Amino acid sequence: MSITAIIRIALRSLLRNKTRTFLTMLGIIIGVAAVITMLAIGQGAKKIIDDQISSMGTNVLTISSNWGSNRSTARSEAGTGTLLKIEDVSAIREQVQGVRYASAVVRSWGQLKYGSQNWRTQVMGVDVDYFYIRDYQTEAGTIFNSNQVRSGMKVAVIGKTVATNLFGDEDPIDKVIRVRNVPVKVVGVLKSKGQNVMGNDQDDIIIAPYTMVLTRFMGDRRPMMMINVSAESKDMIPNVQQDIINLLQQRHRDATSEDFWVRSQTDIAETSESVSNTLTILLASIAGISLLVGGIGIMNIMLVSVTERIKEIGIRMAVGARKRDVLLQFIIEAISISLLGGIIGIVLGYIAANVVGHTQNWTVSVNGWSVVLAVGFSCAIGIFFGWYPAKKAANLNLIDALRYE
Amino acid sequence: MADILVKIEHLTKVYTMGDVEVHALRGVDLDIKAGEFIAIMGASGSGKTTLMNLIGCLDKPTAGSYVLDGINVHDIPEQELAHLRNQKIGYVFQSFYLLPRTTAYENVELPLLYRTKLTHHERKELALKAMRNVSIEDRAHHFPNQLSGGQQQRVAIARAIVNEPVILLADEPTGNLDSRTSVEVMAVFQELHRRGITIILVTHENEISQYAQRIISFRDGRIRSDIVNPKPRSAAEDLMALPPLDEE
Repeated sequence: MSITAIIRIALRSLLRNKTRTFLTMLGIIIGVAAVITMLAIGQGAKKIIDDQISSMGTNVLTISSNWGSNRSTARSEAGTGTLLKIEDVSAIREQVQGVRYASAVVRSWGQLKYGSQNWRTQVMGVDVDYFYIRDYQTEAGTIFNSNQVRSGMKVAVIGKTVATNLFGDEDPIDKVIRVRNVPVKVVGVLKSKGQNVMGNDQDDIIIAPYTMVLTRFMGDRRPMMMINVSAESKDMIPNVQQDIINLLQQRHRDATSEDFWVRSQTDIAETSESVSNTLTILLASIAGISLLVGGIGIMNIMLVSVTERIKEIGIRMAVGARKRDVLLQFIIEAISISLLGGIIGIVLGYIAANVVGHTQNWTVSVNGWSVVLAVGFSCAIGIFFGWYPAKKAANLNLIDALRYE
Repeated sequence: MADILVKIEHLTKVYTMGDVEVHALRGVDLDIKAGEFIAIMGASGSGKTTLMNLIGCLDKPTAGSYVLDGINVHDIPEQELAHLRNQKIGYVFQSFYLLPRTTAYENVELPLLYRTKLTHHERKELALKAMRNVSIEDRAHHFPNQLSGGQQQRVAIARAIVNEPVILLADEPTGNLDSRTSVEVMAVFQELHRRGITIILVTHENEISQYAQRIISFRDGRIRSDIVNPKPRSAAEDLMALPPLDEE
């Protein structure tokens, strides 16, 4: 007997019991849809985190004094601030192999004023390299150049949030704003970057030459300075990290390696990724359990169906069906239910993922891998949970089956 | 007419029910020639249905030999038994055993589905031909619950003969039917027999057995008598004699 004939027999008997078929399918539909949706949400979360991490720039290293160490605490209490000096920046740039960009970073806060508008924001004092390290691009105007940094000119680039709050619809380029009452000319507006991993608005910022920030806003105090560095490639990060520590120790003979803190972007990325992976695994296992329950539902219905159709099986055997034919018929019925349920589940899951993504404003991505997984899994469930009832049907004694009431 | 179609020697069948052994058949010898129309009589428990199940390859004997159309049934595996049931034997049951929620046509087609190498077209042709032979083709797309008992039994007979078997076995085919419908069904059997099909029919009604050419009586698992019916009744003639019925 040909397989197509058995498939035809199996499909006919499924169609004869539409309600039962549909109810059985429902378990699989819900399970697969849940898996697809959960994986899509998990993947989406991961994508958001990846985007946020890459918005921090590529292969970035942050060097700072280790505030926790006793010596630097003592120094900062004594008003001597960080161990790091401006000269360290050029030393790192010139002497450490694999460093592409390096910039001093000094941070402060300040009240900005333009006309009647006020806005308090973070003031960053940086070198030109900083824009390349953090991958900041301008939406309007330009960034300041190294001459302006060297001469400490009162120019600045503002973030999108700052531009909106101070200027509204007005064009900010070449306008003079007051930062802590110092007049500063806006030369550019940054392209929006959105939130960072910690949920802070990366567009709420004003960036000025560090020379100007040091002299105008930091006064005589030794600044709390950091250094941002970007390595030429990801593979070089560990070497660069070590070389920087070595170099700084050489340059600061009184310091130990514990006084400096060199953190790479990968460290942050790894933490965030492990969180999102845990989340995805959690969601997927919940969904997987519902798929398993769906599979057991199939087995349950198939067992009921075998009992209910003992006489039918007897009749089929009496007119010439072999054990194998009966076995295949029931397995194909189970596979058809789970496969069709799987396909409907994929469609529903896709819709659900997009609805969730739309209403929650999340990026969700249904990838091919999860679809293949869901279809494969639902087929496997069909075979696995269909086997036992099918075997039971095939092993029925013909006479007993015919006489069964 | 002289070909031996069924050759049975010392056939015994013992059922074990818990601790009790039930001897359903106690050594039966029987030869059936091609083209015969046999009625098997006997009270319930006399072993006649057991014999039918053995001849129909639905069950296996405890001992003895059974040769059907030159094939020793004892020697062949389960797989080929199924093939034998499909190709050589047509079985008609007392309570029809049609698949529910399945049209008459699909029921008749069922044995053909378990036969390889038939196109959809061939299957349709064979199924419709079988239905025409028992005059039920106009009910092809009715479900069993929309058919009368007599019509259901005709569908069952069509299913039994669709693969052109060498032998047609009927186990109390009129047991669930009223007397008029019984005669109608017997007329169908006689017509099929006239066309050359070998028929074995089990009944406990004396009247029904009178339509057969040879009557075998069973008692306690043994053949008690085996006689030739000198003048079989004609079901078609009996039908004429019955008062006409209002057709619905």
